[in-house]
Formats: sequence, structure tokens, C-alpha cells
Amino acid sequence: MAAALKKIAVNKSSKPAATRRNLGAAVARSPAPRAAPVPAVVLMVATRKGAWIFHGDASRRRWRADGPHFLGHIIHHLVLDPRDGRTLLAAAKTGHLGPTIFRSTDKGRSWKESVQPPAFAKAPDGQAGHSVDHTFWLTPGHPSEPGVWYAGTSPQGLFRSEDGGTQWEPVLSIHEDPQFRQWKGTSQDGTPDGAKLHSILVDPRDPAHLYFGMSGGGVHESIDRGRTWSPLTAGLEVVAGFDAANLAFHDPHCIALCQSNPDRLYQQNHCGIYRIDRPSKEWVRIGRTMPKRVGDIGFPMTVHPRNADTAWVFPMDGSSVWPRTCVGGSAAVYATRNGGKTWKRNAAGLPERDAWWTVKRQAMAADGNDPVGVYFGTSSGELWSSRDEGRQWSCIAQHLPEIYAVEAGRLG
Amino acid sequence: MGRQRLRTMNVFIPSPLRSYTGQHCVQARGASLAEALADLDRQYPGIRFRMIDEQDRMRPHLRFFINGAQTFDLSLRLRATDELAIVQALSGG
Repeated sequence: MAAALKKIAVNKSSKPAATRRNLGAAVARSPAPRAAPVPAVVLMVATRKGAWIFHGDASRRRWRADGPHFLGHIIHHLVLDPRDGRTLLAAAKTGHLGPTIFRSTDKGRSWKESVQPPAFAKAPDGQAGHSVDHTFWLTPGHPSEPGVWYAGTSPQGLFRSEDGGTQWEPVLSIHEDPQFRQWKGTSQDGTPDGAKLHSILVDPRDPAHLYFGMSGGGVHESIDRGRTWSPLTAGLEVVAGFDAANLAFHDPHCIALCQSNPDRLYQQNHCGIYRIDRPSKEWVRIGRTMPKRVGDIGFPMTVHPRNADTAWVFPMDGSSVWPRTCVGGSAAVYATRNGGKTWKRNAAGLPERDAWWTVKRQAMAADGNDPVGVYFGTSSGELWSSRDEGRQWSCIAQHLPEIYAVEAGRLG
Repeated sequence: MGRQRLRTMNVFIPSPLRSYTGQHCVQARGASLAEALADLDRQYPGIRFRMIDEQDRMRPHLRFFINGAQTFDLSLRLRATDELAIVQALSGG
């Protein structure tokens, strides 16, 4: 499938009209570009109607849109392999065709479909087996294992590829385990667009040390490359009235591992924001210190690449029927710079009102620059960026389809 | 019936699947619908999984018509003179 390369509705003014004046002031105050070249950042944007790759200039002020790729396909995740800076994997399906994985080894110029996409094993005759509705999450393997990728699916399944995403095999320790089947629940228990396995994390110190989350089904850890798994849910709350001892009731929305301190993980859960410092097996709810009127419900969780005390969340309205919009229609990222002891509202440049959208669990990311760039995509199709670790925001693009995922990387 | 004795049948491809075939009508061999779809997949790798899931269930909104008659039976026997039309119902926004 050929990838189209064309300019789309990139908002060159970098801001919706309602707040453009604020941005102009912010840009005017920005310091002069540094003399040393800053590695160019690319953003991989997966949407309900296709994928885009946004190429930033050295200052991260101007962005060039490459796309749409796979126009009309539902792209749940588009991920650049940091091990080579040129391989991209896209988790795709259309509204009616089955799911597949597309792979590019030339930075998105051309794409080839996986020979064997993630698929559950055929059930014995007379038994109803699962089928993958869509691949939801893609994670490149450890740097010492080139070609290894992990995929999480809806309904919950974990798959592994050892050839760069061409062929995928189910991780049978999960799929064939009766306890896991119970924790996954049924179609009655899943999230509105299907139960998901997500947040597949690889310990940068040890390729055999893995984590993942299931919505629902809890957080799980393996120290033997996925042969066996242990639940990691102590300290996590569940909806009132349900039994926290039953993992089927746990709903981790997004889990992030700190590359600078892999013993620390953060989690945005259906029931709050948490942190864990291994070897402890108990999560601590750090979202209690969020402003009461905002609460600590949301989907994305992003961590600083070099400072394990810094993380960002995007709270949403989780009251009554769960509108899943910005609280009070006022958009804001919240940042902690002390491991969750306190949180600061970062809203400069974001719409102060009428922001009736939200940010999905895969749709916020951080780059590796200094200062760190933070990015998020909205359910209303806007792509936002901050070049100063979340303090000031500007809009990169508008009028995209509903954004499902945003990843930041650097091309090799 | 041996494969060498099977004649090719016409298969009409819906637009969402033409990225695989490049054309709206292709040929396939097979003594059953399942065999014809397997032959299509040999010619156009990946196309079958977009239509049939790993439990051999037809995906929702995907329909197969043999000589104009709808079938949900992958084991349905086919003749070389049959025409297979794959129809992709489109719905939603």
C-alpha cells in the first residue's frame, strides 16, 4: 500500500483562533535557538481514519505532515523502532475487514503487510475460540533482541514477533491459562470498544523482565520472558462494591516505566493515579494530591525520559456517567516533578473553555530532547505540543480524525 | 477431485480488498468455498484473514454469494462454472 506524502491542514499559526494571541506572546518570549543541533523529532499519529507522521524541525516549532497513510483504516498504534530509527509498525484494520499489521523498513515510504498477523490459536472443534478484533498496542523489544516486538490485542491477547513484525505467535502462557481466561472476563466486561491488553513494558536492564496491563484484568509481571506471570495489583483500588481480590475487576488504563529508573512505574488507572517502586509489590495512590475538583481519573500516563520524579497525566471528567471530556471543558495537563507528592496544572496555551474532548491512553508522549517535548492528540483530532516539558502548549495540527495514539521518536 | 482437474472460477472482489488483487475480478480454484478462499490467499497473501477470522468465522459485514445466492457455509461444494462474489457491506461513520 503506497504511502501518500502530502501536506495536510497543518495549523501554521500553531494555535486555534480562540487562544492564538496567547501563543504569539509565548513565542515572542521564547529564547533564541541553541547553536548545537537538536535531533529532529518525529511524531507517529494513529487515528480512526489513518496515520500521519509529523516531522519537526530542529526547534520543534514547525512540523511537516506526511500522510495520510492507510486512509480509511483504523490505526490503533503506529510505532517507530528506536533500535534502527527506520522501521515502523502500524496496527491496522478497517471498519469491516479483519485486523493486520503493516510494516515499513524505509521510514514510511513503503509498507508491506505481515505474513502472519496476531491471531489466537484455532479452538478445538465444538469450542468457541477468541478472534482478534484489532491489535491495540505495539512495543519494540529489548535493544539486545533486534527484531523482537510485542503486540497487545482486543480482546486481551499477547503476541510476540521475532522477525521484526512479519510473523506473530501467541504467548500461550496467557492464552491457555484458565486463570487468565477468567481475569479477561467476557465481552460483557470489556471497555466500550473492546477489552484490551496494553502497556507492554520491557525492562531496559533485562529483556526477560516484562510487564503488561489488561483492561480489565489487572497488571502482570514476568521475569522469564513471558513463560510465567505474576499479578501486580496490590494497592490498586477497584470500583466500589467490587472485590479487589478478583483481578477481573482491575482496570489499569496506562502504565509507564521510567527509563531512567526502571524500578519505578507510574499508572493511570480507572480508579486513580499510582506509583510503584520495585521491589515493592504495592502500588501507592499518588493521585490523591490532585485538586479535588479535577480528580485523578484519566487515560494517558507519560514519564520523563531522564527524571523519574517527573510525569504527566491528562485528567478527564470521570463523574456520573463518565463524560470522558476535559474537566469542566477546560483543557489541562497535570505534571508532577516530585514523584506524585504534588501536581501542577499546565494549561498555558490550551483552551480554557469549550474543550469537550479528551486524550486517549496511547495519545500522549514525550521526546528525548532537553528540554523534553511533550505531545498529545485529542479525540477531536488536534495535535498539541510543548517544547518546555509541559509548561506552554501550542497546536501542531487540527482537523485530523479522532486521534488514538501519539508516539515520539527520532529517525535514524 | 484432484486440483489439476479443477477449472478456475471467477471471483468478484469488493473495493476494500482490491489493494490485494489490483482488479475487481480474479480467478480461483477449489472444490469448496474454503478451498477457493485458500487459493485466493495463496495468490494474494493476507486476503483471507481480512475476511475469515482465526476460528474460521466469516467476519461481520462480509458476505459470500455463489451464483447470486448467499451462503455462510465454507464447506459448500463449488463447480468450476460457479461465480463467487465477495460483498463487503459498508456501514457506520
